[in-house]
Amino acid sequence: MALITMREAISQALWEEMERDPKVFILGEEVGVWGGTYAVTKGFYDHFGADRVKDTPISEAAIVGAAIGSAMTGLRPVAELMTINFAFVAMDHIVNEAAKLHYMFGGQFKLPLVIRTVGGGGRQLGATHSQVPDAIFAHFPGLKVVAPGTPADAKGLLKEAIRSDDPILFIEEATLYQVRGEVPDGDFTMPIGKSTIARAGKDATIVTYSKEVDNSMKAAEILAQEGIEVEIVDLRSLRPLDMGPVIESFKKTNRAVIVEEGWMSYGVGSEVASRIYETAFDYVDAPVKRVAQKEVPLPYNRTLEQMALPQVEDIVNAVREVL
Amino acid sequence: MEKKELLGLYHQMVLIRRVEESAAELYQQGKIGGFLHLYIGQEAVSTGLIAARKPQDRVITAYRDHGVAINCGIPARQVVAELLGKATGISKGKGGSMHMADVNRNFWGGHAIVGAHLPLAAGLALGDQYQKTDGVTICMFGDGASNIGFFHEALNLSKVWKLPVLWVCENNQYGMGTAIDRASAVSEIVQKACGYGMKADQENGMDVLAVYEKAHEMIERIRGGEGPMFLEYMTYRFRGHSMGDPERYRKSDEVKRWEKDDPIGIFNDHLVKNKVISEAGLKKIEQEVEAEVADAVRFAEESPEPAAEELFTDIYAQGG
Repeated sequence: MALITMREAISQALWEEMERDPKVFILGEEVGVWGGTYAVTKGFYDHFGADRVKDTPISEAAIVGAAIGSAMTGLRPVAELMTINFAFVAMDHIVNEAAKLHYMFGGQFKLPLVIRTVGGGGRQLGATHSQVPDAIFAHFPGLKVVAPGTPADAKGLLKEAIRSDDPILFIEEATLYQVRGEVPDGDFTMPIGKSTIARAGKDATIVTYSKEVDNSMKAAEILAQEGIEVEIVDLRSLRPLDMGPVIESFKKTNRAVIVEEGWMSYGVGSEVASRIYETAFDYVDAPVKRVAQKEVPLPYNRTLEQMALPQVEDIVNAVREVL
Repeated sequence: MEKKELLGLYHQMVLIRRVEESAAELYQQGKIGGFLHLYIGQEAVSTGLIAARKPQDRVITAYRDHGVAINCGIPARQVVAELLGKATGISKGKGGSMHMADVNRNFWGGHAIVGAHLPLAAGLALGDQYQKTDGVTICMFGDGASNIGFFHEALNLSKVWKLPVLWVCENNQYGMGTAIDRASAVSEIVQKACGYGMKADQENGMDVLAVYEKAHEMIERIRGGEGPMFLEYMTYRFRGHSMGDPERYRKSDEVKRWEKDDPIGIFNDHLVKNKVISEAGLKKIEQEVEAEVADAVRFAEESPEPAAEELFTDIYAQGG
């Protein structure tokens, strides 16, 4: 085990997979000479060369489209979209091409493709650069959507994603890049589509993923001081969505809070809550609560921005309400 | 070109025409669902173009793809079966008219979002460049596609990366029902390619041999390492944009004028005039095609529907 940052974990996963398989390559804006906007691919260009670390024009549709085409030929592209907000520019290629080609042509084309991108608010980047539209992408069958919350998960899931034959949107969180965590040594992967218990407890279940795992852990610490033990389920992947550990936990605690950084309407919380009611209605002791971003375009002003984003105390209060 | 090859081209063009005519009938009988875009009038473009490719050259096109599928070697049986949504269709009945492909014949699909397959074509070409093979990607699209951002992103990227791709614009004068001069800043699409600094040329798309010659020259130059090139074929579709098109946007005189340039008629005259074959010989080919299409329709109609399990297969590489 080594204590490393999320940034280092992701960087290691990419580096190791590129060393392992010559068909793996990276393309995107500023991934090469610059070393990655978030410095994830620092040093890659010098080591792997321009053919495998491909700087692109500011052409998101072409980045994702070319990644898809090259994946159809058997390469294993890792396309980087500088932020998930730019994924809207490439929306057609993500949802109309990547998510559909395998099925629509009767299974003829495999798409071993990873689209790495970064989302999240809280950095005063204003409304167009701070979104968490994860649920939108999770809507489409044919696409897989992975969003890790810890360095170990990020490394294991990214390595698995690169080895997978399916198109995968891999969503990172900018405010997590500096977060440290224990990561196993050596080569390891983690299966995609498996939720996990991030913290064991008995009084209430928090279901969350990505950045909000961190916030939920902090909330759990505060509640523990009052003798309330929450169990935290980290979804890690929104499609496939593994409800197994969620339902198992809920049947034990009978109370749930779902925490996501994005907007509440039509979100991850809505989906998870529905599935809890559909499959474990007899175990419900309190209405399921959702904690999410306020329904506004995220403002620039720091105070207003933080008011809009879910805070640790919002999670604490929500747990108290379901108890 | 040898006699056998010339007659092969004639056979393919007539086959496309008859398959499309049969498709129109099957559509009117309610046996084909969704949209149906016929290639009638444009047969020379795809036939001449694909005749110029080598087996390692990839072909990708838009939604008007039945003719391209046939030129790539997909049997008429599997094309018609796909139109009927049958299990024996080339895309197992899941793609339909606009989504035919055959990876074993280097045909990378008909794609139905206008222009969206151009970035994919850049990626296919990147696959060859990255793996240092000598394949060239041939990407076909209509004039309408030159007005969407994908076109510009893909052409630019192809030039920046020197990708081995031939961009082929089939200028049939209309994007759906909007005439080119009402939709495009320039009515000759070749001018747009010049903006990306690539070799660009224009050719008569109604003359299959001219189509072939120009395509052959450019494909081999690209194979030789000269980077992406652009080729615009001037052509015309004799039928509407799709079935059920009222064609209010063009006059019948205009259609009649173009019909005098019927690519099959032009090639027929050429073959007879140059004594490659007699009229009777061509009639025999046409009769063979009639039988081939009748067989394809029979095959498709008798083929089974996809099994219910197929609904949930192929969503991901590992099945459901």
